[in-house]
Amino acid sequence: MEKKIGVYICSDCGLGEALDIEALKNIATNEYKADVVKSTPFLCNQEGAQMIKDDINNEGVNTIVIGACSMRHNTDIFDFDPLKYVTERVNLRDHIIWTQNPPAQKEVEPAAGEETPAEAEAAAETAPENAEGAGTDASEEAETEAAAPAINENTQEMAEDHLRMGIVRARASEPPEPHIEDINKTILVVGGGPTGLSSALESANAGYDVILIEKEAELGGWAKKMYKIMPDKMPFAETRKPDIENKINAVEASDKIRVITGAAIEKTAGEPGKYEVTVNSNGSSETINIGSIVLAIGWKPYNANRLENLGYGKFKNVVTNVEVEQIALDGDGVIARPSDGQKATRVAFLQCAGQRDPEHLPYCSSVCCLTSLKQALYVTEGNPDAAAFIIYKDMRTPGLYEEFYKSAQNNPGVMLTKGEVTSITEDESGNIILEIDNTILGEKVMIVADMLVLATGMMTNSLPAHIEGVNDLTPEYVGQWRETKTVDGVIKEVVADPVVLNLEYRQGPEMPYLKYGYPDSHFVCFPYETRRTGIYAAGAVRHPMTAMQSVNDGKGAALKAIQVLELASQGMGVHPRAGDQSFPEINYTNCTQCRRCTVECPFGVLDEEENGTPKTNTYRCRRCGTCMGACPQRIISFKNYSVEMIASQMKAVKVPEEDSKPRIIALICENDAYPAIDIAGLNRLNISPFYRFITMRCLGGTNLVWIADALSAGIEGFLLIGCRYDDDYQCHFVKGSKAANERLGKVQETLGRLMLESERVSQIQLALNEWDQLPRIMEDFAEKLKEFGPNPFKGF
Amino acid sequence: MSDKVLVIGGGISGISAAVEAAEAGQESVIIEKNPYLGGRVAQLYKYFPKLCPPYCGLEINFKRIKQNPKVSFYTLSEVQNISGNEGNFTVTVKVNPRYVTEKCTNCGACAEACPAERSNDYNYGMDSTKAVYLPHDLAFPMRYVLDKSACGSDCQACADACPYGAIDLSMEPKTLEIPASSIVLATGWNPYDASKIENLNFGAIPNVVTNVMMERLAAPNGPSKGRIIRPSDGKEVKKIAFAQCAGSRDENNLAYCSAICCMASLKQATYLRDRDPESTAEIFYIDLRAPGKYEDFLRRLQDDENVTLTKGKVAKIEMDQSTGDPVVTVEDILGGGKIKKQFDLVVLASGMEPAGPGANIPLDIPFEEHGFIDPDRLADGIYACGVACRPDDVTTSVQDATGAALATLQTSAKTAATAGGNL
Repeated sequence: MEKKIGVYICSDCGLGEALDIEALKNIATNEYKADVVKSTPFLCNQEGAQMIKDDINNEGVNTIVIGACSMRHNTDIFDFDPLKYVTERVNLRDHIIWTQNPPAQKEVEPAAGEETPAEAEAAAETAPENAEGAGTDASEEAETEAAAPAINENTQEMAEDHLRMGIVRARASEPPEPHIEDINKTILVVGGGPTGLSSALESANAGYDVILIEKEAELGGWAKKMYKIMPDKMPFAETRKPDIENKINAVEASDKIRVITGAAIEKTAGEPGKYEVTVNSNGSSETINIGSIVLAIGWKPYNANRLENLGYGKFKNVVTNVEVEQIALDGDGVIARPSDGQKATRVAFLQCAGQRDPEHLPYCSSVCCLTSLKQALYVTEGNPDAAAFIIYKDMRTPGLYEEFYKSAQNNPGVMLTKGEVTSITEDESGNIILEIDNTILGEKVMIVADMLVLATGMMTNSLPAHIEGVNDLTPEYVGQWRETKTVDGVIKEVVADPVVLNLEYRQGPEMPYLKYGYPDSHFVCFPYETRRTGIYAAGAVRHPMTAMQSVNDGKGAALKAIQVLELASQGMGVHPRAGDQSFPEINYTNCTQCRRCTVECPFGVLDEEENGTPKTNTYRCRRCGTCMGACPQRIISFKNYSVEMIASQMKAVKVPEEDSKPRIIALICENDAYPAIDIAGLNRLNISPFYRFITMRCLGGTNLVWIADALSAGIEGFLLIGCRYDDDYQCHFVKGSKAANERLGKVQETLGRLMLESERVSQIQLALNEWDQLPRIMEDFAEKLKEFGPNPFKGF
Repeated sequence: MSDKVLVIGGGISGISAAVEAAEAGQESVIIEKNPYLGGRVAQLYKYFPKLCPPYCGLEINFKRIKQNPKVSFYTLSEVQNISGNEGNFTVTVKVNPRYVTEKCTNCGACAEACPAERSNDYNYGMDSTKAVYLPHDLAFPMRYVLDKSACGSDCQACADACPYGAIDLSMEPKTLEIPASSIVLATGWNPYDASKIENLNFGAIPNVVTNVMMERLAAPNGPSKGRIIRPSDGKEVKKIAFAQCAGSRDENNLAYCSAICCMASLKQATYLRDRDPESTAEIFYIDLRAPGKYEDFLRRLQDDENVTLTKGKVAKIEMDQSTGDPVVTVEDILGGGKIKKQFDLVVLASGMEPAGPGANIPLDIPFEEHGFIDPDRLADGIYACGVACRPDDVTTSVQDATGAALATLQTSAKTAATAGGNL
């Protein structure tokens, strides 16, 4: 589009006093030949917005640069159609004048406070005029020596550079052209247990077509194998017979749901809205077209054969909680012990049989305490002489489940004790003898029981069937390490074994997992944000949870499966850039098939031709720009976000010759670092005036070419301020900030070539609530650069 | 007929329900009583188990609201009447005056000029703000608000100081009628009033605080700017204790388990331990409830030799008169007998009480005996989510809210089908 740039600078909120507004206007007019350049007090009121709209309508302005407050504020006022206009906000207030509180200015402030209101008003009115007067003397280069004495030179230069950077960024940006295709809005639910049934029914009830596939011959999953289920309705005190049949009937009766049983997925190809899934059902294959996927494949019990120390496999009357459920189901509530089929009336339950144990399952399975309470009732129901003993580490019945625990405590047949089992033996009649230490009773206890139930835990079915433990898993996928030689190095990665989805994705056939094989989200606030757009894990495959929680989870996942399709149909991205209509485009001419983009994308968006050429799948994309940062050829760009754009911002920074005025580029993540600096400003913390902030969608977009270019142009250093990575990641794109950090490792080589100190480039992990640490962090980095001495390239 | 969902409550559950629904195409409107969105989580310093700031997720959610024309919200608002039924509700909402208009640029001139102060509820009363104040650093909307009850009569200092004419002292409450197809109750929780717990002497001993206060004490925008100091004398806390189930699992107080307090105390122990390597923390508990993968977090604390986990219920807290130290008497469940120990500060892991019953929503809401909403008994077109229904952590509440968002889509689908049938 032919650019018509309007630059609008606010002179209120102290901007008119702290800055030489006229000099800023001169930069826009003279250096950048902006078509319209205006300043006004109180730009963020309706009149200000109207002034800009008038220029859009009358002057044809299509690129709007606003020098005022943070882009986080007044978004409803400066709201110009992003598909028609480019809007760039230059944060002169929160990031600049509010973080620049040199002593002189501080002295002025209390004086102003002592003025009468009338005087203050008068001062506010006259301030812009004063600034104008000063500005007329300013030269084209905006030499600040001519500025009024109240204006701090460093602050002014900071504002000028940021305005320059804003104008060039806007100039290099085009409105996105949304990628819109016809998409399929059918939802595929994988797994027909309580979670999957819930997802299917709930989606159908919202008006969406569903295909539900189940590997077994019938629906119902574990719920069908239960004699009774734990309380799932208020007041959570009583167990009841499962009513899963009602759900199954409702699913089978729905004309919006197609059920395929005995099914396995041979292949899942495509992207959200356009998946082609090949399903094999009882020997015959068909390809179905669907839009999004709920992965509700559930859990498997931990292999009790690994618990021989607890008597399993050694003594006949030691069984697991899963086995005792089957016994109860078969006996209609009667627990017949395996050795002789006699009715068991004294049954011990050992909690955490493998769970909370670093040797077995390091996590808690969340449901086993409730399960044992439920099964203890099988033993005692209708038999006042029967006894159930539950030996636990901590009784975990959180929330309203406490009612269930209380009802068991009030049951004279159920005995509960904290304790550690020190020995498990068998007597000649098959009874199990337990010795327990560290009990609440304060002494050693011996229990002779007809049988022992091991409350074993859950593992996720996202792990292949042959995997029995969770402690030595390869990262992200179960599979084998492979090294691939590329044009510029070696890629080391896990080649994943297929499990369920068989995705035709370059990064692997399944959802990548986090800890212990669970394909969960680590975001507290965004429990469904996993790394495969359009595929949402729900239920016990995601983390250990009860059936009631799974049913709820299936419902939430169904919403996400619907949402991705509704957004995709408008060409919009999903969380965390929901609504974003931009997407990356590749200029293939210069592609060297280095594979960096296909490997580094946190979401597995890019597939690969045989030779390594990337293939895009726009609907998988989350718009973080990690591919753009990864590409050494600079051939991946968004219409409104590109390597050249940010490079031009860096070039726009004026590097003064004086050594006392170093210039440092800070690449800041828009999600956390940007608001953190806003809050630092709001609290009037003082930060170094030598930084120039460039806002990134994610640090993952950092391209190394910038660093070499900027350092050779005299920039003293680079500080990347982004989110935490690794296990406790806060990066909204999961691996973006980590990708940036890995790239920085390579930059040392470049710096070496330039004979520069590698520490001139540094990345810090900053949480949004650590704004109070920003001044120190930034000062420390500036100090370190000072120690290195001036960049020898300065002035070249 | 309106195809809009009205969400009552703008905490993390309500925001999530509204935003998730809107991103799936369903118009939504949030009604919030505070002058800002974010509810209880906005007052937390960090989340367990990642120790990440709630501000971070709120920021993303606010961004989702700002960019999405399908979500709107009213702060300082309360529901006065609800009529109609599924697909066709009319909700009367009273919007209380903020006295600060959308012209506010959050420049702060008003607060500088304001001569009056009010107790700061954001920091649980541990400090004060001016009568005209910005609720907190990430307040959304980012606008000042005037607490007129704190003003002197005829004072106009703030209005006079505002360069933008953004203060309107004559603002009156407004009444709106909002048509809605469905309603989501996301009324959340209040911290249990710890002064009701006998023998723990909250309120009488200054150095006994609650867990929600502890969040503010650790936060950089808290009353002590993130220094963990004790209220009585400002002394740095070196030796801290946590009394679990302070009110929860107690028939005389909250009969249920509040689900999050074990994790909250483990988390808060790290606040002190991460600041001061010499510090010690002791947690007195009945059961340590760290379900699922939270176990990893518990293990991290177990591995810290300056953290002691003691199974025992705190029976009594007294004050050592000479030092102001709280003295804790604990029934030692494993060792037997009683333990008596002195600390710099004791944090009561007080529980969550459902806010629904006190919210005076003019609707026949099926509350169970503790005041949580029974979602199975709600009328058609009315849904509930989050801690309004059960004590739970943030991530489960958000998951629940996402499910509620789906339910609102179902109402719309049903309504559309019926409307189609009538044509």
